[in-house]
Amino acid sequence: MAPAIEIERLEKRYPTTHALRGVSLEVKQGEFFGLLGPNGAGKTTLISILAGLARPTTGHAKVLGHDVVTDYRNARRKLGVVPQEIVFDPFFSVRETLRLQSGYFGLRANDAWIDELLASLHLTDKADANMRQLSGGMKRRVLVAQALVHRPPVIVLDEPTAGVDVELRQTLWQFIRELNRQGHTIVLTTHYLEEAETLCARIAMLKQGQVVALDSTKNLLSHFSEKYLKLTLANGALPEALLSRVSSVNGPQYTLLLHDYGEVEQVLAGLREARLTIQEMEVLQPDLEEAFMKIMRRPLA
Amino acid sequence: MNAGGFTTLLYKELLRFWKVSFQTIGAPVLTALLYLLVFSHVLAGRVEVFPGISYTVFLVPGLVMMSMLQNAFANSSSSLIQSKITGNIIFILLPPIAPWELFGAYLLASVIRGVVIGAGVYLIALVVAAVPVAKPLWLIAFGLLGTGILGNLGIVAGIWADKFDQLAAFQNFIIMPLTFLSGVFYSIHSLPPFWLALSHANPIFYLIDGFRYGFFGHADVDPRLGLAIASVSFLALSFAVLLMLQRGYKLRH
Repeated sequence: MAPAIEIERLEKRYPTTHALRGVSLEVKQGEFFGLLGPNGAGKTTLISILAGLARPTTGHAKVLGHDVVTDYRNARRKLGVVPQEIVFDPFFSVRETLRLQSGYFGLRANDAWIDELLASLHLTDKADANMRQLSGGMKRRVLVAQALVHRPPVIVLDEPTAGVDVELRQTLWQFIRELNRQGHTIVLTTHYLEEAETLCARIAMLKQGQVVALDSTKNLLSHFSEKYLKLTLANGALPEALLSRVSSVNGPQYTLLLHDYGEVEQVLAGLREARLTIQEMEVLQPDLEEAFMKIMRRPLA
Repeated sequence: MNAGGFTTLLYKELLRFWKVSFQTIGAPVLTALLYLLVFSHVLAGRVEVFPGISYTVFLVPGLVMMSMLQNAFANSSSSLIQSKITGNIIFILLPPIAPWELFGAYLLASVIRGVVIGAGVYLIALVVAAVPVAKPLWLIAFGLLGTGILGNLGIVAGIWADKFDQLAAFQNFIIMPLTFLSGVFYSIHSLPPFWLALSHANPIFYLIDGFRYGFFGHADVDPRLGLAIASVSFLALSFAVLLMLQRGYKLRH
């Protein structure tokens, strides 16, 4: 089975920037994959090359085994791209926009699927409205529908929730998750690391055009992010035996490092022995933001 | 081949100008009519360019062709620059549409808009002056080649320009002077030697002259020479445009 996306030693030089410096990665069919990195790391360049909007300087990119340069027709038929910027053609209505987009892919009678897309994205009542009359969130949803008119097995979303309200974000994720459950491969770039953490099973992090981390979300969290126990003591100070765990102190509030959750028991036993009373207690979960910051601070190889 | 992609893009390009036909067809037809009324009023009776043909009648073919050429250029160039600036050009760059399908759709739409406007100007002009058609095949050949050449130039300009004012400069400083100084309003034989020589270097002159030959069976230069120059220009430009699209010049970075 060909990988959904296969990227091999991809380089992209622009006249003044070196956007990608030898990126290699593979996304398997059916994955929900995250592509993270600060602005200017090369995420959008990578997506542009996959979509045929930019050409690689050297290296190869394939969508379901089809090279995006030499076999571009098949590669593009397999790929749906939701662009970062909200763009639209003011000459047309929502339905016209989707019919035209179907036509560009050589699909003539596509109305049943268009209706389904409109319904899933809550756009049915806007089908005949001109694109100009839609709110930003609705235009964003039309872009999602446009990316899906040809039922692509691989879907790339470039920061689809930037500047989008909570409700729309929820609708969008519900919809994308459903597509993933049906077997579509999803590649997502986002600056909202919480989103990536809950949605993506595997993540690649880019920095200055290089892959600096590529692993399952679970592994990234356990390798690069710690668990903490946050305690507020009602009486007295922390016993000496626990001081080695302290990561920060703020008055009677201590943040203790845990290597695993089983260590909570040891901490509680230590407190009991010292006859200390806990006023407040909270276990802090590892989060992707911490992992992200740590990975980004590491010097480049 | 993605025939559906080509026909959809052509349909979209036609729909684009048809939806605003008041300004894309109505306005140019009105402009041509105003030229005809004003120039024929001022010059009728004073000038007889071709023997036995009144100035008003002489003027009509040139005006028809000028409108066709300018609008063929406007169609592809404005569509492309608008799509580039608003960003919706990606809608046609993401699908599996080949460079030559893109080329064909934009070019054909330009030719069709040119022909529709040419027919409109001619029909309205009939109210003012009865203009015969002596050699319809020549007329059709020059009409198609002319709109094809300017449609191609429109694609080049639309892809090359990054801003509307660059496109306007292309239109105002290249296309406008070339069409105006191509013998639309006069026979170049009435010009002093220097300007006569210069007119022979203007490719659009051959288009106007050949087109006029289709109406009157009479031209300033041999229409076979004009047809050869027009055909070679059209083929060379088409080749250049295809090369631009193939390489993704300014479209695929």
